[in-house]
Amino acid sequence: MPACIHELFVEFIVSVYHRHHHTYMHAFGIGLTGLVVALGYLMKQKNHHISLPLQLLLPRRFGITDSSFYVCGPALKDIKGKSPSLKFERRKKNTRPGILVRQLHIEEQLLRTSSENWCIINDGTNDPTIVMGFSGKPAELLEIESVLHDQVPVIRRFTGGGTVIVDHQTIFVTFICNKETVPDLQPYPRPIMSWSSSLYSKVFGGIGDFHLRENDYVFGNHKFGGNAQSITKNKWIHHTSFLWDFDVRNMAYLKLPKLAPAYRSARGHLDFICRLKDYMPRSTFIDKTVEAAGTQFSLRSLELEAVVTCSETEFRPSTRFLTNEELAAAAAAVSEQQLGLP
Amino acid sequence: MALTMWASSTANALRISCASKPHLSLAFSFSRCFSTVLDGLKYATSHEWVKHEGSVATIGITDHAQDHLGEVVFVELPEPGVSVSQGKGFGAVESVKATSDVNSPISGEVVEVNSKLTEAPGLINSSPYEEGWMIKVKPSSPPELESLMGSKEYTKFCEEEDASH
Repeated sequence: MPACIHELFVEFIVSVYHRHHHTYMHAFGIGLTGLVVALGYLMKQKNHHISLPLQLLLPRRFGITDSSFYVCGPALKDIKGKSPSLKFERRKKNTRPGILVRQLHIEEQLLRTSSENWCIINDGTNDPTIVMGFSGKPAELLEIESVLHDQVPVIRRFTGGGTVIVDHQTIFVTFICNKETVPDLQPYPRPIMSWSSSLYSKVFGGIGDFHLRENDYVFGNHKFGGNAQSITKNKWIHHTSFLWDFDVRNMAYLKLPKLAPAYRSARGHLDFICRLKDYMPRSTFIDKTVEAAGTQFSLRSLELEAVVTCSETEFRPSTRFLTNEELAAAAAAVSEQQLGLP
Repeated sequence: MALTMWASSTANALRISCASKPHLSLAFSFSRCFSTVLDGLKYATSHEWVKHEGSVATIGITDHAQDHLGEVVFVELPEPGVSVSQGKGFGAVESVKATSDVNSPISGEVVEVNSKLTEAPGLINSSPYEEGWMIKVKPSSPPELESLMGSKEYTKFCEEEDASH
């Protein structure tokens, strides 16, 4: 992609902003992403580090203090040859549930097509969204009538694991690694889970009796982080949704799962989970996570969109929304079953 | 089935190989990694096995794989008629929190899938070489079998893999 195209993007963004800055904030976000794509592609080609200038430049230049997207990645140590490299991206709040699907699509594509290692930290999505695991059955996991009535989006993701309801109070952290990246780590669920637990032990450092309990991150016996993985021939992904805070009302959309960890002891949602915010400030958690990752990897920031744009285009992600029709059909099938109908 | 799984789990815990059913008539061997490896099968480095009998090859995942994956709760399989390629994924297993690709050791056309795995995915844990078979394939390139490992080679592969971690 020639350098002049990114200049065209910049001019486009400026003109859009001056004319329609209130009405077209989302269009600006799209244009901004395009700029990010172009710059990132250039940086990738030249093998440059991208650090603060990208984050600071755009808000100051265009007077935007609260952009829909921003990418930042402190250029931490780069000790080539001493630590495996990890590309790092932090993404600010997304504004639509479709963006969460996009996030999952990107993660799935990176897992399937990128040869790099990645850490992605996402500060959540605005609208409450239900995210089910690979084999999740809506009728078993959701209060479908309420979900349909309130039009809560439901996503089926490509990783295993259970069901979560996420919103702007959820923090997502994802690691995508080649299977040889972490020394002495077998690419199977339990070793990866243990590895992640040791990393987060550095984050919490004894706070709140943090530990991995079965497959959940807990303080004591209260869950605040849910994990899910997908393992391919050569790579694995481990992503976590952290309950920074949650709206009690949202828990009403979820049924008690049949497949629950033993330590849950049949507790209801509110007796089972806890809020991360009661233990650590949000920014501290994110900074410490980056710091912990930096103890094992050399971190480089790179625009995620650039990698996705330039990578394999034939990839078809499996993560998707469930339609209202699918949810209604699932509910109907259960009703018929309960009534003894064929 | 539950009793079989309990017996299998207990056997694994006590490091005792699961006995083959009489009709299978295959010798089995202990491996120092304590997973069962059957003679007469061929093995891929991604821990799938293949049993070639005439014009059909049966494929599944090994005891080593199921042990490391944990309890299988869901299996995704292709439809009959689909083509599979050596080394490429044809389905997935889900074990509690993880989905794991299952790769085909050989190329060919899927002629049958194990529909029992829909209702009883745990068969992969309790009987990975027998009732837990996943697909049957009509091989398109029989020489591919030569590139796979035999039981002794696979046993050593597992031992080295476990020892290096």
